[in-house]
Amino acid sequence: MSTTSDAPLQTSKQVEKLQGATVRLAGDSGDGMQITGNQLTNTSALAGNDVATFPDFPAEIRAPKGTRAGVSGFQVHFASEDIFTPGDQVDALVAMNPAALVTNIADLKRSGIVIVNIDGFDAKNLKLARLDQDPLTDDTLEGFRVIKVPMTTLTRKTVEEVTTEDGEKLSVKIADRCKNFFAMGLIYWLYSRDLEPTLRFIKEKFERKPEIAEANERALKAGWNYGETTEAFVSSYQVDPAKLPPGRYRNIMGNQALAWGCIAAAKSSGKELFYGTYPITPASDILHELSKYKHFGVKTFQAEDEIAAICSTVGAAFAGAMAITASSGPGIALKGEAMGLGMILELPMIIINIQRGGPSTGLPTKTEQSDLLQAFYGRNGESPLPIIAARSPSDCFEVAQEAWRIATRFMVPVILLSDGYIANGAEPWLIPDIDDLLNIDVSHPGPLENGEEFQPYQRDERLARPWAIPGTKGLEHRVGGLEKRDGTGNVEYDPENHEHMTRVRAQKVANIADDIPLQSVTGPENGDLLVLSWGGTYGACVTATERCRGEGLSVAHAHLRYLNPLPKNLGELLGQYKNVLIPELNSGQLQFIIRATYTIDSIGLNKIQGKPFAVAELIEKIKEVLS
Amino acid sequence: MTTELPVLKPADFASDQDVRWCPGCGDYSILAQMKKMLPSLGMPREKIVFISGIGCSSRFPYYMNTYGIHSIHGRAPALATGVKSVRPDLQVWVITGDGDGLSIGGNHLMHAIRRNLDINIVLFNNRIYGLTKGQYSPTSPLGKVTKSTPLGAIDNPIHPLSIAIGAEATFVARSIDVNIKHLGSTLKRAAEHRGTAFVEVYQNCNVFNDGAWDYATDRASKAETILELEHGKPLIFGKDRDKGIRLNGLEPEVVELGKGISEDDLLFHDEKAIEPSLAYLLSRLRHGDGFPEPIGVFRAIDAPKYDDELNKQVENARAQQGEGDLKNLFHSGDTWTVA
Repeated sequence: MSTTSDAPLQTSKQVEKLQGATVRLAGDSGDGMQITGNQLTNTSALAGNDVATFPDFPAEIRAPKGTRAGVSGFQVHFASEDIFTPGDQVDALVAMNPAALVTNIADLKRSGIVIVNIDGFDAKNLKLARLDQDPLTDDTLEGFRVIKVPMTTLTRKTVEEVTTEDGEKLSVKIADRCKNFFAMGLIYWLYSRDLEPTLRFIKEKFERKPEIAEANERALKAGWNYGETTEAFVSSYQVDPAKLPPGRYRNIMGNQALAWGCIAAAKSSGKELFYGTYPITPASDILHELSKYKHFGVKTFQAEDEIAAICSTVGAAFAGAMAITASSGPGIALKGEAMGLGMILELPMIIINIQRGGPSTGLPTKTEQSDLLQAFYGRNGESPLPIIAARSPSDCFEVAQEAWRIATRFMVPVILLSDGYIANGAEPWLIPDIDDLLNIDVSHPGPLENGEEFQPYQRDERLARPWAIPGTKGLEHRVGGLEKRDGTGNVEYDPENHEHMTRVRAQKVANIADDIPLQSVTGPENGDLLVLSWGGTYGACVTATERCRGEGLSVAHAHLRYLNPLPKNLGELLGQYKNVLIPELNSGQLQFIIRATYTIDSIGLNKIQGKPFAVAELIEKIKEVLS
Repeated sequence: MTTELPVLKPADFASDQDVRWCPGCGDYSILAQMKKMLPSLGMPREKIVFISGIGCSSRFPYYMNTYGIHSIHGRAPALATGVKSVRPDLQVWVITGDGDGLSIGGNHLMHAIRRNLDINIVLFNNRIYGLTKGQYSPTSPLGKVTKSTPLGAIDNPIHPLSIAIGAEATFVARSIDVNIKHLGSTLKRAAEHRGTAFVEVYQNCNVFNDGAWDYATDRASKAETILELEHGKPLIFGKDRDKGIRLNGLEPEVVELGKGISEDDLLFHDEKAIEPSLAYLLSRLRHGDGFPEPIGVFRAIDAPKYDDELNKQVENARAQQGEGDLKNLFHSGDTWTVA
């Protein structure tokens, strides 16, 4: 059996240096493209590259095999410079079957490399992909560097000698499952990637099935060797480490960073973390992640439905825990009434929405920013809540802590927006020093002994009420969804009191503007154009505006973390530019808020396709506005 | 060091709020029995939390000088789950009604019960929607004429205790608002049970459904219509205690004692039976079918409790992995250094 301690493989061919490359792996949803994509990401990050990823998969677990609907893709952008997006166009495409080829070829650069598993191009698969002609023989691939590889055949041969403990050969089905690692090996050769991390991964993943581990190892190495020996490649490529700020790094995905940020916030505020949730794409990975950390005192509760999930969260908040719920749009819609309860009870908690394409069930596995107005207005009555949004996978770590800081300082549920693109994307994360983490002070009133009356709605200078937790003597009190008198918290139907309480609750949220940083801008402080963005479009907007400035255009960029309340200086800031462009993956929701708040007309760039912006789309729009 | 046990009186559990139920409502009696029973538990007030949903019964927490949440319709069991999960030291009561618990909140009730959290659920059953002024409820009988059913209800009613037993309840009991001694002792049994205790209370809504339980409370008839369950005793009822319940195959039947039938022929009550079929059978006995309706504890068994298990997992994880360390977590797996 091969071991992982072999010396690193060295190519004898010429190596060409590149600043960066974008690779997309595309195949059937059962072909293991997500696993290989994650491996390429991790390996590239370990090589010191900056990385950005875009996994793209169907909502069905095993969508019909061979069809266009069943294609699963994973795009990785790795570079020796700072990058913010997974790349618009692809330098190298791996296509495991005809459906994968025809649905992805449009994104391949002119003269880009396409590596095709020709064994997947039989009559049956062509029919499933609804193709009359074989794209390998017509003009589909004209102008590209086409590398035709019989991957299935070669993989079968490679694993032929592998046997189980009982001396049995692997079935054809199992042998064929290794072909994703063959493809991986070939890509690793092409971009001079180290096989070691993936060999380690294979060993760990298939620890209990050594024959599968061995077969996958062999397939990976066979793919590498194929690149080295085939005459189709004269040279391979090398992407040097990026010049990132010094420090210790790891790769992190958005939902993982959210989970870790919550754990960090719980630690720094001395709280037990309670996470009440119901499984939903693309939020479930937060549950999977948090449920691993019981030794941090994390309690996860998989509730019977979305409503129970948030109601358990309200209960845990009342009882004194750091309480969090998460979902995606459809689930948030179900939570609306209980979010209002949390709001009127004035208890701290975090409500996370990993947005996806809507309305209704919509596009479960695709990204969108279309729940912003739901976050603003998706509850009955006057019930404004603070809203903050993450901009990238690693930013989730900070945003989670900031959400908890605001929630506890102002005694209010905070809505945290992320999206499918951020949640499943990965990037290098500079591991913070534990001592530098946000310190979150949380205090609770102590016992009252001498019959003094406790006022559960007595407010401090920020208008926050005390967080009195059960078990504290003398602070017994009742809270509820009915309107209450300020101070005592007793049920109160008085008209003036209701107006007063409505205004106080809104003012309290507005007061958060005094507690958050002023909005910063990259680029000129005034001029022709400001690009105003929020959430997951950050990377594309940074890249596009940087490039435009590089071409001498006057383009500034402001990215909002705080959506409600907005930073105090935003109105004035927007007034410094002739034009404000707001790119959004919705039909203009932030634009609506900006117009309502500042009566400023802005220009929208709106895309509602379940896909992130390409940098080129933004640049085109910026140039159009400036011309 | 000695810890002084608090000596509390029923009045200590009264909040300063005026009770706003209609005069004559059965809820008053349940409130009074709760306040009377709680001091006997020796639990300080600040360790007790009452949680309710929406409906007349759900105003209950406002009248108790403990911690409390008047939440949203049907969701009290879910809030209680959150409270109890993070604070197993608290005694948590859920107050609900037939509409709140069995209609809009049916899902949460079922799941709280099957998880067997250590909480107590008291369902006030008045067979009507009171707070919304008189629509039929999931326990209203077929044909019931109400504001929303002028031609009579056509929905088949459900029996709260059958639902609870179907959801794997470990403690199931029934009492009656005006049967104050029985009610007090039933609430106490519920409080002392470890796991989810589910208590149905027959409660009269004297405004919108007056007399719904007359057959069970009327002095003249109640001996014939109610059967008080006692663990280990035969099922006997009647003014002269001359009638009993016997099983004929899987069918229960009312028999008269004497004339060749002795107590030994009757069904004996076993609240500790692990198999819930007999408890379920008792929950199905209806006055309208010619049976007395049992009150008391139907079922009281010991089973793992959600909050215990949750905390055990946390403790075990800490014992095996040590207290979670952020630095170790962040540096776990593959990392690299940029100089």
